[in-house]
Amino acid sequence: MNVISLVLSAGLRDLSRNRWIVAYALAFLGIAEGLFWFGGTGPQVLLSLLNIVLLVLPLVALVFGTIHVYASREFVELLLAQPVPRRQLFAGLYLGLAIPLAGAFLFGAGIPFAVHARQGASAGAVAALLVAGVSLSLAFAAIATWIALRTDDRLKGVGLALGAWLVSTIVYDGLVLAAAAAFGDYPLERPLLALMMANPVDLARVLVLTQLDVSALMGYTGALFERTFGTALGTSVAVAALVVWCVVPLGMAERRFRNRDF
Amino acid sequence: MIALENICKRFDTLDVLQDVSLALRTGAVTALIGPNGSGKTTLIKIVLGLTRADAGALHVAGEPADAAGAYRRAIGYMPQAAHFPVNLRVGDVLDLVQQLRPGEATDDDLMRAFDMDAIAGKYVGTLSGGTKQKVNAVIAFRFRPSLLILDEPTAGLDPLSSNVLKEKIRAVRAEGRSVLITSHIMSELESLADDVAFLCDGRMRFAGSIADLLTRTGNASLEDAIAALMRSDRATPWPAPTAAPRAGAVPAWLTPGAEGVA
Repeated sequence: MNVISLVLSAGLRDLSRNRWIVAYALAFLGIAEGLFWFGGTGPQVLLSLLNIVLLVLPLVALVFGTIHVYASREFVELLLAQPVPRRQLFAGLYLGLAIPLAGAFLFGAGIPFAVHARQGASAGAVAALLVAGVSLSLAFAAIATWIALRTDDRLKGVGLALGAWLVSTIVYDGLVLAAAAAFGDYPLERPLLALMMANPVDLARVLVLTQLDVSALMGYTGALFERTFGTALGTSVAVAALVVWCVVPLGMAERRFRNRDF
Repeated sequence: MIALENICKRFDTLDVLQDVSLALRTGAVTALIGPNGSGKTTLIKIVLGLTRADAGALHVAGEPADAAGAYRRAIGYMPQAAHFPVNLRVGDVLDLVQQLRPGEATDDDLMRAFDMDAIAGKYVGTLSGGTKQKVNAVIAFRFRPSLLILDEPTAGLDPLSSNVLKEKIRAVRAEGRSVLITSHIMSELESLADDVAFLCDGRMRFAGSIADLLTRTGNASLEDAIAALMRSDRATPWPAPTAAPRAGAVPAWLTPGAEGVA
């Protein structure tokens, strides 16, 4: 086994027994199952769950990820003292964090939809929700890793993680809305599309909503996105942009890990 | 075995190490001593490749240390405090490090002495600090390294385990391997070490044999000799790095380079 798989395997063993990860998976399972239990149809459950995913998943990935990286620092130093390349060690450590986070979401959100497959949610919409959730887990775990590697002060790091969550889930949409209102007399389609691409939470929302017939819930940017790209191309563009959102912070974190002093 | 030449390291505006040179004798135990914040940990981390020096060179067996870190195959490291992922079993941790160092001959003396088989199935999170420190020691000694770097190795160990560890250090020295050890317990260092390197304010104030240090300071014990060094240091502080050296500021017998460990 190479260094990546060894460190990844240790990370998976560790976090699969972590009570927060287990609680996180069970929370999604309980919420989704509860929504079905209280009479929701597949699309209703999916929409309700989407709102929870867009708020909770970035928060958990950012805060848990940042705290986990800080807590692992001394163990990472011990591993770095072994004859192993930093790049491979980083890959193992990142995947050992991101895969349990994404796996917990897949388990918690995926099982209820599999069990209630006949209750009307289209396979495409469910797949879009799961892809959006996994992408957000990977992207925000990378951002959390970068924050923790960038900032030695743990309190400051967790504060930055919370700030990143607040901006991406709440403040950003408010700013976009304010900009749209302030510059309403100008052609804003392209700038607004660009702004939407710059926020993974918006991308995840649009990715799922384009799979549902709920244009009223899309919001201005979502409707604009669908009108510009159409459903098929729009899905591909959103997925591609989410991949970029996973790769760029990951690259920044990897570069930081390779060059920083421990 | 390992030689540091003119190592400099600065964190922001603080010069942590200034022009530090040290050569570790093969088959000798070298005590690295200094007050808190003197640069000991940074020096150790530079040897391990965890921290990069701003200037200077690290030579291993006469060759410059490779950037990829393969030279760390020759090093066993025991950090001051053991921090392992709490949801891994002791056996998982030992296996992980062994698999990261494939093909290396192992020495299981400490494994047996600390009865690792009895705790191999226990989760790290359930272990006492002392037991974790034993795991730490086992990892450092297990791969028969040519150089052992031990940072406060007996901290947290019970007297019996501490005794076992000290005997092991003596055995390692008798086999012709080198040890770099830090501790604030001078009597412990005096009983273990052959050489002493004294760091203060990031400068190497003395590097030589303990016998030579005792002779030069006219003291009977290492503790008194180090106290004398520190007192003379306070009485005649070194000039700021940017200023020209003041004549007579440093006791003649402490002139840098006057006595290096061969």
